[in-house]
Amino acid sequence: MSQKTIETVDEVTIRFAGDSGDGMQLTGTQFTNTTAILGNDLSTLPDYPAEIRAPAGTLFGVSGFQIHFGSKEIHTPGDHCDVLVAMNPAALKVNLAGLVDGGSIIVNTDGFSDRNLKLAGYAQNPLRDGSLDKFRMYEVDISKLTALSLQDLNISSKFVDRSKNFFALGMMYWMYGRPLETTIEWLKGKFKDKPDILEANIRVLKAGWNFSETTEIFSVRYEVGPANLAPGRYRNITGNQAVAWGFIAAAKKANMELFLGSYPITPASDILHELSLYKSYGVKTFQAEDEIAGVSSAIGASFGGALGITTTSGPGVALKTEAIGLAVMVELPLVICNVQRGGPSTGLPTKTEQADLLQALYGRNGEAPVPVIAAATPSDCFDAAFEASRIALKYMTPVMLLTDGYLANGSEPWLIPDFDKLPDISPTFVTNPEGYMPYSRDETTLARPWAVPGTPGLEHRIGGLEKQNITGNISYDPENHDLMIRLRAEKIQRISNDIPMATVEGSPSGDLLVVGWGGTYGAIKTAVIRQQKKGASVSHLHLRYLNPMPKNVGEILTKFKRILVPEINLGQLVKVLRSDFLVPATGFNKVRGLPFRSAELEREIEEILKGIK
Amino acid sequence: MNTRVDEILKSTIDVPLPKYSAKDFSTDQDVRWCPGCGDYSILAQTQRIMPDLGIPRHKMVFVSGIGCSSRFPYYMNTYGFHGIHGRAAAIASGLKIARPDLSVWVVTGDGDGMSIGGNHFIHLMRRNLDLRVLLFNNQIYGLTKGQYSPTSEMGKVTKSSPYGSVDYPFNPASLALGASATFVARTLDRDPKHMQGVIKRAAEHKGTSFVEIYQNCNVFNDGAFFQFTEKDTKDDTVVFIEHGKPLVFGKEKDKGIRLNGFSPEVVSLKDGKYSVNDLLVHDEKDTTLSFILADMTYKPHLPRPVGILLAVDRPVYEAEMERQIAFAREKRGVGDLKKLLNSGETWVVQ
Repeated sequence: MSQKTIETVDEVTIRFAGDSGDGMQLTGTQFTNTTAILGNDLSTLPDYPAEIRAPAGTLFGVSGFQIHFGSKEIHTPGDHCDVLVAMNPAALKVNLAGLVDGGSIIVNTDGFSDRNLKLAGYAQNPLRDGSLDKFRMYEVDISKLTALSLQDLNISSKFVDRSKNFFALGMMYWMYGRPLETTIEWLKGKFKDKPDILEANIRVLKAGWNFSETTEIFSVRYEVGPANLAPGRYRNITGNQAVAWGFIAAAKKANMELFLGSYPITPASDILHELSLYKSYGVKTFQAEDEIAGVSSAIGASFGGALGITTTSGPGVALKTEAIGLAVMVELPLVICNVQRGGPSTGLPTKTEQADLLQALYGRNGEAPVPVIAAATPSDCFDAAFEASRIALKYMTPVMLLTDGYLANGSEPWLIPDFDKLPDISPTFVTNPEGYMPYSRDETTLARPWAVPGTPGLEHRIGGLEKQNITGNISYDPENHDLMIRLRAEKIQRISNDIPMATVEGSPSGDLLVVGWGGTYGAIKTAVIRQQKKGASVSHLHLRYLNPMPKNVGEILTKFKRILVPEINLGQLVKVLRSDFLVPATGFNKVRGLPFRSAELEREIEEILKGIK
Repeated sequence: MNTRVDEILKSTIDVPLPKYSAKDFSTDQDVRWCPGCGDYSILAQTQRIMPDLGIPRHKMVFVSGIGCSSRFPYYMNTYGFHGIHGRAAAIASGLKIARPDLSVWVVTGDGDGMSIGGNHFIHLMRRNLDLRVLLFNNQIYGLTKGQYSPTSEMGKVTKSSPYGSVDYPFNPASLALGASATFVARTLDRDPKHMQGVIKRAAEHKGTSFVEIYQNCNVFNDGAFFQFTEKDTKDDTVVFIEHGKPLVFGKEKDKGIRLNGFSPEVVSLKDGKYSVNDLLVHDEKDTTLSFILADMTYKPHLPRPVGILLAVDRPVYEAEMERQIAFAREKRGVGDLKKLLNSGETWVVQ
């Protein structure tokens, strides 16, 4: 056995890449869970094509999973990767640009057949032509070694081919000093009824580890110590899972039934899948015939006294628009969760984007104000879903909850909240018929009273036609319409009395304020902190409440000479800030279907600050 | 696990069922349909049978979409929801799933239910939620002032089809059957007694009951159904179908429907060739027969079938969902969020 050196590093980014049928998402998830349990901070980015099994070996069929982990605070999945695991030439070609100079490439040489090279568009084998000389190359016959490790078992060649990802996983576990137990335990659960498959998978995983330990191919392994996280119990969580659990928590704390009306759509379907599991929690999930039925059924359920929610992505919101307007008019609670993806139209279903902000704020006919809340990180999706539900119930209004494809599928360690400390958000249902008027209002919140069918003496009718103030009867009176429009707007505006003030990360005044919203939090934070460490006068404001905004936002904006608004769109929040606060904010916009790289944000900040000086 | 709504319901369990009259189901709102509209009769018959259903007013919800028919909930002194165009079935589905204890009624029209809401309609039928659908079919768009509808006959001249419509019409009964409905019936606005009987049966059905009501729009499509509703013609143009009875019609009860292979044909009972014993006997439990009967619609040589075409039992959607919830709770216990948050792989940072 050769002597291996151990190097300590404080952060690493690894990207697993292969065909969409190669199990790269599974490999990445397993590596993530093991890494989380070791106490590293981390952030992940799955990056996969819309096609379930695109033709093998093609560039468009490449599926990738990136994990950035470390012993320090990690806020992004990493601008570039330090290690690229490429199962075939297409995976190499697609991901090479994301690898740092001098980074490591582990290739499955068996995947570099003439056919695969041709499919990836390589005229000659990049492993042989010197084009990869600036990287550290590790060429391993992963397919062959996997087959060898299983040769005495009676196992189909198809299975052997499918389990090669576990060989690669075993190698990466060895290289970064991760134990195999977490994955082995997971396998035991998954294949408890298929002992031969279980045995084979464990064997391949161990073979990858042992191969790395024994052969001379790797001379270095790396150590990444635990991160300095706040004390408490943690779990790893994706944004979609956090949204689902946030809604369950909200319904529990509201003492209500949760009703989800939803139609499958990427990248939001996992919320539907997740909530469908929780029948024992009294969660009712209704897979509707279309997006419109999804939201309409949720409104119907809310009318019946449930917490009605609907989950979708941008194209689905477009279809639900009319019904959201109905919920504004009938003033019933509803949460619409938009997991934003690349648009317009079908756009980039599996990629991330922030281009639905203006749709959320304004995309309805008539004056139809809706509160808008955006989650900042995968785990923050829990709090955002809970908060959206709280506002919907308290103010009798539809609420738009924005997440995005990156938050939805990305994951990070989450300090598990204390369920008992979450606030009680139970609504009050009217039961006394005396003086009941469907459109009378609470003095503070302006919310109308909620009477559920089944309550004797409170029979009433609601609908999408304009209501007479207080009685709720149909009214075409011009003055009444003007009044009702103002009341509905004022009700939403008053929510600003009931949300926390915005807080600036960094100095409360200075040369530059970077204002962001939603899933760009980690990238902006990383860039701003780096600049702050270099002595730059820059601070970060991240908006969770987009409508209404916290009351102090206008004042905060006046304390800085320049305002920069990075967004994964062509400038939507920046438009709102300019029009609402008359500030000369400027945008930084890249719409590539990918999260920002913190380095590009840092460069922009640097250049703006240079201009100021 | 008791939700707030459960508590309200519990507190009302002992409220005795009031003795209602039809009047108790009318509201203080002015009815705004055109004078002479067939909708008045449907409203009156519905209000008339409500007291017989044994359901308290506060447990009833009328849900509608958009169109003349969809004003209906405003005139019923129950809970009501006037929704958006075509979506009543979807709103009602969510309501019924959340609240299986309620008696839910969908009121829709041929435009609302067959055109913009066609998708929700067929899916409601196949799911078989325990609710009622009353479709007022007047074969015209009334509220938007007279365009042809998805049930208008071909060649119909309207404002939007000045050269005659080239659309072939839906037959709502066949559409419902094709979508696996469990209760399908047809009745007439100008036959109050028949309508009362059909709506009552629809109310008693366990599952989605679909009732198509031929309704005269005296402003934009006056007389569309007069051949089926007026004294001098109806006996020869309509066959009233009843479970267990042969299909006899005609002023003198001298005609009948006989199956020739799978095709219904009109036979005379007068010329001695056929007797009542040769006629098709209606069986509302027979799905195959229901297709044949519904298919008689629009066939000029056959009378229009009116009555209950099909009434069969199939598991009810929301009951199946409740069963799954009960099963999950029995197997795993009532969900405990604290446990859930801490489930799976977790670790402690000191």
